[in-house]
Amino acid sequence: MTLTAVILLGAFHGINPAMGWLFAVARGLQERSRDLLLQSLPVIALGHLASVALVVLVVSATGSVVTGTALAIGSGVVLVGFGLWHLLARRHFRWVGMRLSLPQLAAWSFLMSSVHGAGLMLLPVLTRIPAGHHGHALSGGMFVAGVHTLAMFVTATAVALAVYEFLGVAVLRRAWFNLDKMWAFALVGAGVFTLVGAM
Amino acid sequence: MTLWTPDPTFYPSPRDAATAPPETLAYVAAFDRSAERPDALAVLDTDPGSSSYGQVVGWTDLPYTGDELHHFGWNACSSALCPYAPHPHVERRYLIVPGLRSSRIYVYDTKDRVSPELVKVIEAEDLGKRAGYSRPHTVHCGPEGLYVSALGGYGEEGPGGIAILDHTSFEVLGRWEVDRGPQYLAYDFWWHINHDVLVTSEWGTPSMIEDGVVGELLLGRKYGHRLHFWDLRRRRHVQEVDLGDQYQMPLELRPAHDPTKKYGFVGVVTSVEDLSASVWLWYEEGGRWAVRKVIDIPAEPASPDDLPDVLKPFGAVPPLVTDIDLSVDDQRLYVSCWGTGELKQFDVSDPFKPVEIGSVHLGGIVRRAAHPAAPSERLAGGPQMVEVSRDGRRVYVTNSLYGSWDDQFYPDGVGAWMAKVDADGFTLDERFFPHGDDFRGLRPHQTRLQGGDASSDSYCYP
Repeated sequence: MTLTAVILLGAFHGINPAMGWLFAVARGLQERSRDLLLQSLPVIALGHLASVALVVLVVSATGSVVTGTALAIGSGVVLVGFGLWHLLARRHFRWVGMRLSLPQLAAWSFLMSSVHGAGLMLLPVLTRIPAGHHGHALSGGMFVAGVHTLAMFVTATAVALAVYEFLGVAVLRRAWFNLDKMWAFALVGAGVFTLVGAM
Repeated sequence: MTLWTPDPTFYPSPRDAATAPPETLAYVAAFDRSAERPDALAVLDTDPGSSSYGQVVGWTDLPYTGDELHHFGWNACSSALCPYAPHPHVERRYLIVPGLRSSRIYVYDTKDRVSPELVKVIEAEDLGKRAGYSRPHTVHCGPEGLYVSALGGYGEEGPGGIAILDHTSFEVLGRWEVDRGPQYLAYDFWWHINHDVLVTSEWGTPSMIEDGVVGELLLGRKYGHRLHFWDLRRRRHVQEVDLGDQYQMPLELRPAHDPTKKYGFVGVVTSVEDLSASVWLWYEEGGRWAVRKVIDIPAEPASPDDLPDVLKPFGAVPPLVTDIDLSVDDQRLYVSCWGTGELKQFDVSDPFKPVEIGSVHLGGIVRRAAHPAAPSERLAGGPQMVEVSRDGRRVYVTNSLYGSWDDQFYPDGVGAWMAKVDADGFTLDERFFPHGDDFRGLRPHQTRLQGGDASSDSYCYP
């Protein structure tokens, strides 16, 4: 059940054009090179993984000094707050520049995922990893981050190839549902869920 | 709140944009030369099926006088789909309207109404204190926000440059340039967005233009004659390209819409050697930017008796290429000859070898060609600002250049008119000729088409 949720979240990030597959497609189209598209995706996934793993590190470090309940409550508050901020703030991620090296692309993906709060959604899962000694929580958390990112990578690759080879970017005009707004609602919901579970 | 699906006027590629539905409204900036009445945004009906086709159907007076509206632009455009910072769920809704003389910037809401409604005024002081600029001119929606070029410094002549405005609050965020190198004069700008390249052109500082063209400065070759290429991402000057100081005033910049291409066109108002006008191509060669003159338009001899004072010594009418526009598919270039009263159409499928395929005469300093809708009316002014519909089939022109310059070249009055040319066959639409009192004594300048046009949007996908 938990693992399914982790995979589905990864797939959700993978589908979101803003999380990277669209950038990979654009790089491919610009140079008329599917190889460039395929090179870009693992790098984008790496940046995503780094962003999610950072959350795991923070949670496991925090979890080793506070009780499970405190961690869950703190996580819930962070989620609700971040979700509301996303919903209400009118600012959007800014970045200028199309011509990035692969390391720069990884950095872009890390920033984009972090601003998006990609790792935060794993908080409800991470706070449920049985408390034991510190190392166990950390390795369990990293496993979750890895599975999540793998799901994201597989989905993003499938979507990117479908758009690049068959659909064309014009599909964006109709199919680009405002996932960010939905994501903000989901963050708030997950926060409430975590808080209720902690009570 | 943002939309749930992308704004339908955003297109990923120029190819997609060319399939856009025809515009039904056109917004035209109009100004009062005497600065006694407010300038205005006039709204024209461009739907041929409508009973008010070709008429002014909306009108919004500005709150102040003396702004001298010139160019303007949208708050958002197809660049919102760019992959590195996408925000496709914002709306193309607000017109950002700078006053070239007052240095105020107005924000007008166009949603669900014909006559735009004022929502914000940015005072000259805000632009000056935050960005160090005055005389705001070109507006483009881009990755970091709204980019607004400005001709002058704040409280001083220069340098002119680019200010950044916030996408949503429209607050002035500051000066765009981090390192401006040798650049001092400013006018237009645009970019090769997928190559992280920004291009700027040169006109003059406020004192060089506001009271009319200054003969000594022109003959002394003091107006702008260079292009500047910048790193869009790092905001740094990269290269200056000099056209030669006889080529005075390279103004409007029209880069290829295809984001994989690295070339563009710039119109040059006049050469001081023979009063000819020209269009130049910029392109990349061996990692450096180069320019080449690809269109040359000679002056037309005329009797001094028929010429305004400013031209009497020369005995010729300069073509005065004051605006050019490139169709969204990069296949057609339109060139305004404001002096000789001509709009030329070029096939630029090979950008190095433009081929003239069409021409229409309207007005002109000596010719005074009439519009077929009013054949007995000798027209003053000439085709000036050109705008092309996204599908490339309709071309709109207005006739005023800039208040004090209008008065020099058309001293008996520049009048006020707007015309439409059908691109196929290149003929004037006899049903579309708002003129004279339609503009209520104001002079029409730039046109923006509802939903976007050939000079409003940048695309990140080929």
